[in-house]
Amino acid sequence: MATATVATSKLNLIGLDKSDYKGNPSTLCAGCGHDSISAQIIQVAFELGLKPENVIKLSGIGCSSKSPAYFLNRSHGLNAVHGRMPSVASGAMLANRTLTAIGVSGDGDTGSIGLGQFKHIIRRNVPMVYVIENNGVYGLTKGQFSATSDEGQKLKYYGDNEYPAVDLCMEAIVSGCGFVARSFAGDPKQVRPLLKAAFSFQGTAVLDIISPCVTFNNNPESNKSYEWVRDHDSPLHDISFVPQREEITVDYEPGETKAVTMHDGAQIVLKKLAGEHDPTDRMAAIILLERGRTENVLTTGLLYYNPNRDTVQDSERMVATALALLPDEKLRPARSTLDKIVAGLC
Amino acid sequence: MSVIQSKVVDILSGKNLGEVVNDFSIQIGSANGSGSQTSNMVLVRALFRMGIPVSGKNLFPSNIQGLPTWYTIRCSRAGYVARQPSSPVVVLMNPDTAVKDLAGLESGGVCFYPDDLKLDLSRQDVTYYPMPVKMLTSVPEVPRHLRTYIGNMVYVGVLAQVLQIEMSALEAALDWQFGGRTKLVNANLPTIKAAFDWAAANIAKRDPYRVERMNATAGYMLVDGNTAGGLGSVYGGMTVTAWYPITPSTSLADAMSEYASSLRRDPDGKANYAIVQAEDELAAIGMVLGAGWAGARAMTTTSGPGISLMQEFLGFGYYAEIPAVIWDIQRVGPSTGMPTRVSQGDLFACYYASHGDTKHICLLPGTVNECFEFGWRSLDIAEQYQTPVFVLSDLDLGMNQWMTKPFEYPAEPINRGKVLTAAQVEQNGFRRYADIDGDGIAYRTLPGTNHPRASYFTRGSGHDSDARYTEDPDKYRDNLERLRRKIELAREHLPAPVVELTAGAKVAIIGFGSTDPAIIEARDLLTAGGLTTSYLRIRALPCAASVLEFVRSHARVYVVEINADGQLRQVLQLEMPELAARLRSVCMLDGMPFTAAWIMGQINSQEQK
Repeated sequence: MATATVATSKLNLIGLDKSDYKGNPSTLCAGCGHDSISAQIIQVAFELGLKPENVIKLSGIGCSSKSPAYFLNRSHGLNAVHGRMPSVASGAMLANRTLTAIGVSGDGDTGSIGLGQFKHIIRRNVPMVYVIENNGVYGLTKGQFSATSDEGQKLKYYGDNEYPAVDLCMEAIVSGCGFVARSFAGDPKQVRPLLKAAFSFQGTAVLDIISPCVTFNNNPESNKSYEWVRDHDSPLHDISFVPQREEITVDYEPGETKAVTMHDGAQIVLKKLAGEHDPTDRMAAIILLERGRTENVLTTGLLYYNPNRDTVQDSERMVATALALLPDEKLRPARSTLDKIVAGLC
Repeated sequence: MSVIQSKVVDILSGKNLGEVVNDFSIQIGSANGSGSQTSNMVLVRALFRMGIPVSGKNLFPSNIQGLPTWYTIRCSRAGYVARQPSSPVVVLMNPDTAVKDLAGLESGGVCFYPDDLKLDLSRQDVTYYPMPVKMLTSVPEVPRHLRTYIGNMVYVGVLAQVLQIEMSALEAALDWQFGGRTKLVNANLPTIKAAFDWAAANIAKRDPYRVERMNATAGYMLVDGNTAGGLGSVYGGMTVTAWYPITPSTSLADAMSEYASSLRRDPDGKANYAIVQAEDELAAIGMVLGAGWAGARAMTTTSGPGISLMQEFLGFGYYAEIPAVIWDIQRVGPSTGMPTRVSQGDLFACYYASHGDTKHICLLPGTVNECFEFGWRSLDIAEQYQTPVFVLSDLDLGMNQWMTKPFEYPAEPINRGKVLTAAQVEQNGFRRYADIDGDGIAYRTLPGTNHPRASYFTRGSGHDSDARYTEDPDKYRDNLERLRRKIELAREHLPAPVVELTAGAKVAIIGFGSTDPAIIEARDLLTAGGLTTSYLRIRALPCAASVLEFVRSHARVYVVEINADGQLRQVLQLEMPELAARLRSVCMLDGMPFTAAWIMGQINSQEQK
């Protein structure tokens, strides 16, 4: 069902234009990394020639979880309850194993309330692309620490973060995930191929994408901090004032390390994996993450890959067709079978 | 094979007591995990095979091994199957409870006990029958490691001899119990026979209790409600079940797995269903809603704590309009409560599940047969109304053995509800939440529908008729009102109440679920005492208008339910405020199934006020 008005040269393998993959206008803050990720999902789905009608897009609750509304309008979407997108996705993929699923979650949605479901969907190896838009903060409730916030991080209202960060890639690897990658929202050159690989993976593919929160603005010395705004701004602007920001982008090569200054002035250091890491080596992946933690470096790229696990549908020995579409005669056993059972209970 | 029949006389007075035939209860006290359950089931089924109306209830602790458990078997010539307040025949297999059980035995009662149990036999008003459990099992034929377990077969044989249960019925019951596996039958049957023969040779019958063959169980099955519910779901075309183990609902999932495995696989062994044990009830209901959204006939089974955990998702399912079936095999709450004790205390938690304004369709099976019927029907109703549907059974109905009429093959074709195909979307368009037909039920599409306009975005927060996000007050209100209308209009299409009107009766009883047998018996007791009653058993909420008419046509209506607050009574009072004063509560929660005597006493005492 291609849009008929576009030039043939702009169509993908299945005859669709990129606009056939678009979503609604985003309502996230200007410059939010999440919007960049949505743009890459659109681009990748278009380039791969995914049939949007055959895709389901799901999310939990939070800023990240709003984003499925901003891509693939021709796909069925479901915005579930907090932290429980994985169970809904699991159910949907049991109901119809012929679908392609992408879930979008955040660090609060996955790392806190949803940590259990995150690990269990991985354990079952439900086929889906599981994107975490990780900004280390609760945005939609205005800036609380999340489970991926760095230890020692400071917030005006919430003080110092006394607790170590949960590394969601590490959690994924130790749970048995067969596709674990980390990237940065402002690095589309890396995000796109990782997304493409994830879409072709037969199992749960986890992409932890660092996605800066433009409104996460809490360095008190910054003149854009909550404190500064509260103390210095005119009464017309209260603390809910959100400045317009530019999205942070990076461009660096494999093997390189790149320091990125976040909107609040803090720095993170990204290191892009080059050929030296063997992603099929689970222990090596764990060591890589652990080394990154001690050296305060976020390693990006495909961290771990293992295509040799059964999917949940295979483990459950399900038929190849969609359970949702089974004809009635497959749903209700014949009358004679019940007669036999009843006779046995008398 | 005949018992040595002596004259049955009162021990103290010497007066002839007369026989009590097919009308008494037996209570077997044992330790949990000792293997007595098999023996008890064999006794129940043997009585059933003799054509005697019977029921078996396991009153068990939340424990795997060691704590006391009691099994009560009631045989009733008149066909009553409710629990009785006491049992005149007791079997004391548990040394820890023997003293208390004996103390509680009614005067004139009978006490069977292992002869090595040091029992104070000073009570002169009961009959004692010591049983040589050790002697009969300390034989080479009984493997040493099985002697405790097979020791339970001794009381089967002795009781059979003394109470005159037929050996052929026992053999048939044993064979049934072990599914015809000869090895297991042969491991147990010799001990039953040895005990039976030993009793014939060594016991002089001195009590009035016995059974004799009747023809009152023909056309009945003996089965528990969870097996029925699981089987009904398999015939209802369940395709995705996600569940988390919890007493007393687990056996429903187990039964479903077992039946589905043989009934719902392709010749190559591939399953036309998925039954997944979730990591918790939060995930179970999430999977069910995800599956229902994507077009599966999806269900879960749980109990009160699970219902508590599912609340947020249930509101989501109601508002997003996703079909789902939730079985709640009720147990005592709040909190952990008493996991192995019966309750009907989840009515509020289910009917009004979730924050915000909700009202959910609740089906209330009162018989094992209805557990089967609602098993398949609930899946139809869920897809028809695109909403979570509860089936509220309870521990007594779900886990105990009940006589019930044979399951009837579903009389209606499978109802998949209003689902649009790509061709229908092409022809008529698609508006997910628009009330096209005026019945509050909108049309839906399934993910994967091959049409560019078939998709929609499902969310629990505000949406308009086209599933677009909105916080517009009018649109939000319109949607809530349509949802209310949808559920309201379901009233007359849900399982109708079962009504027994008694001409001239001013007093009536309303009940639901597993209290049915106790209410039936209580009505007979009340009638015998001069109080005639009508009876209405509610089988679904929201209830049909006929319930209101029923209440209107009686001066006083007693609502019988196993909870402390009178939850159904309160629901009915909200439904019919003008008649609220006529509705009175007969409610109580102590974890035990109601007896007819208790219900009768409650109604009589309230009538006298």
